[in-house]
Amino acid sequence: MANPSNRPIGKSGWGRTLGAAAVSIVYFFPVLYIILTAFKTRQDALAWPVKFIFTPTLENFVSVFYRTTVEGGAAEATGFGLYFFNSMFIGGTSVLLALIIGTAAAYGFSRFPLRGNETYLFMILTTRMMPPIIAIIPIFVLFRIFGLSGTYVGIIALYTAFNLPFSIWMVKSFFDDLDRDIEDAARMDGSSEFRLFRKICLPQVYAGLAATFVFAVILTWNEFVFALLLTGTQTRTVPVQIVRTIGGAIGVDWGLLSALETLFIIPVVLVTFALQNQLLRGVTFGTIRR
Amino acid sequence: MTSPPSSQTAPASPPAAPPARSARGFFGWMLAPERRGPLLVAPAIATLVIVNLFPLMWSYGLSFFSYNAKYLKRPPSWVGLGNFIDLFSDVDVWERFQNTALIVIGSVFLQLIIGFLLALLFSTEFPLRRYLLMLVLAPMMLSLSAVGVFFKLFYEPTLGFIPRLVQEFTGEPFVILSTPTKATIAIVCADAWMWSPFVMLLVLAGLVSVPKYLYEAAEIDRAGAWRRFRTITFPYIKSLLLLALLFRTIETFKIFDVVYVLTEGGPGSSTETISVYLFRVAFNYFQTGRASALGYITLFAVIVLTSLYLYAINTRRAEPG
Repeated sequence: MANPSNRPIGKSGWGRTLGAAAVSIVYFFPVLYIILTAFKTRQDALAWPVKFIFTPTLENFVSVFYRTTVEGGAAEATGFGLYFFNSMFIGGTSVLLALIIGTAAAYGFSRFPLRGNETYLFMILTTRMMPPIIAIIPIFVLFRIFGLSGTYVGIIALYTAFNLPFSIWMVKSFFDDLDRDIEDAARMDGSSEFRLFRKICLPQVYAGLAATFVFAVILTWNEFVFALLLTGTQTRTVPVQIVRTIGGAIGVDWGLLSALETLFIIPVVLVTFALQNQLLRGVTFGTIRR
Repeated sequence: MTSPPSSQTAPASPPAAPPARSARGFFGWMLAPERRGPLLVAPAIATLVIVNLFPLMWSYGLSFFSYNAKYLKRPPSWVGLGNFIDLFSDVDVWERFQNTALIVIGSVFLQLIIGFLLALLFSTEFPLRRYLLMLVLAPMMLSLSAVGVFFKLFYEPTLGFIPRLVQEFTGEPFVILSTPTKATIAIVCADAWMWSPFVMLLVLAGLVSVPKYLYEAAEIDRAGAWRRFRTITFPYIKSLLLLALLFRTIETFKIFDVVYVLTEGGPGSSTETISVYLFRVAFNYFQTGRASALGYITLFAVIVLTSLYLYAINTRRAEPG
């Protein structure tokens, strides 16, 4: 099983911990800096040298969702509630669809190989390796022709296909890892093929399916190019709005921008920790799994 | 919407056998053992054909026309191979490929070195290792656009962290994104920061696959550290390093978000990569036909690289250990 992070070679003591801690904190510094800035007041955020000890404030997080746009005016909703909902809704729905279609296909590819099985798998992987910018040109035209631009249906259909190659390769790698002897034994006992899938194979890959789901949701949550060109004001996702925000009037408000980024990345950082053991498989689409 | 060409799925199904027992009817025929594979795979293939392949064919067609996506009603005009001939003789396109190559070489090289060193650091067990590893692995999972925003803040000329830090030492203002060289280095650093953990993960996988007895044998033979690395460790991580190199080359070749957010291709067009240029041609100048043609040239490059990657994976699977 792919588990490099849990199977180190040899042992070292606290000395190595100290060295690794120094390196890790320097490496993580850009993220840490943004998270700290999110809790700072405007003065603290721009202070030099950088303040590491300060009185934290939550006002930046409040103004992500409500803030006064005109000097002295009443606080108004900024629409970020909707954008966060969109990111979650579009991500969740499309990944669920991709996982259902993908699991069926993965089981097929793994247990009932077609003629030219590898060729199909290769072509499926190629669609995912393809630069998104190439696919988006015709898709942009077609979305306009069929009136799908700015609709939930359009972007969810697109993201379903976007997540499908990943789901197939990933779930297939989990099916491939299973011990075939159990299935053969069940088949001997006269179990039907559907029962075999439902009662024996599927329960063994539940954890893998969960990992695939979370991974794909992160990929979708992070996706920028498709969302930039194909979502409208009502279906816009968080990364698109963040990038639009830097160009705008609040671009100079570092606390606010950092608070936004923090809300956007914290779920990803936490989930990464939970997924640590599946990370290698996930980032290589299940092509490497030792 | 046009229905997917059935010829795409046809080769998948085995030659249709006459129904064994007509009593079970159509569903019995559908669910026959030899049709299980195709049946399970069909929905996925259909989805990919409709959402991926069909648009690609569409843009294949468009690449022979002069067409503007802004005016859908205006009919495209046939230019034959004009777009391709134009592109191949265009200095701008060549320059964009060079920009991309420069960023790919710089970034992948840095990633391999940093990733390798990080992997060595984390190759042994020590207290709190799991938690520290999380801090190092986090950048890889972040959104590319978010990383662009991060570094935009760090590089900001007057208030950014890095210009202010440099000014402490030199006493002069330091504007990172002002010259082509500095801007390219800035992009390479951002990208390498994000993806070195990926290389680390692959190298770690290689390091743990080395059988322990080899090190024990080397211990007995009193082999030095360098010799141990060269004769034992390196052969085991070699194939994974190659995979990391190819995978990162493919991915960096596509670099868009970070550049788009950080420099928008500037100053001038010095950091405009092929993806950013494609975006510009397609959605700022709206030369949809020309963009489609360029997309096909780029796609060809990616397919070549992907084939190499898959070839490397298959070779690796075949080798023992």
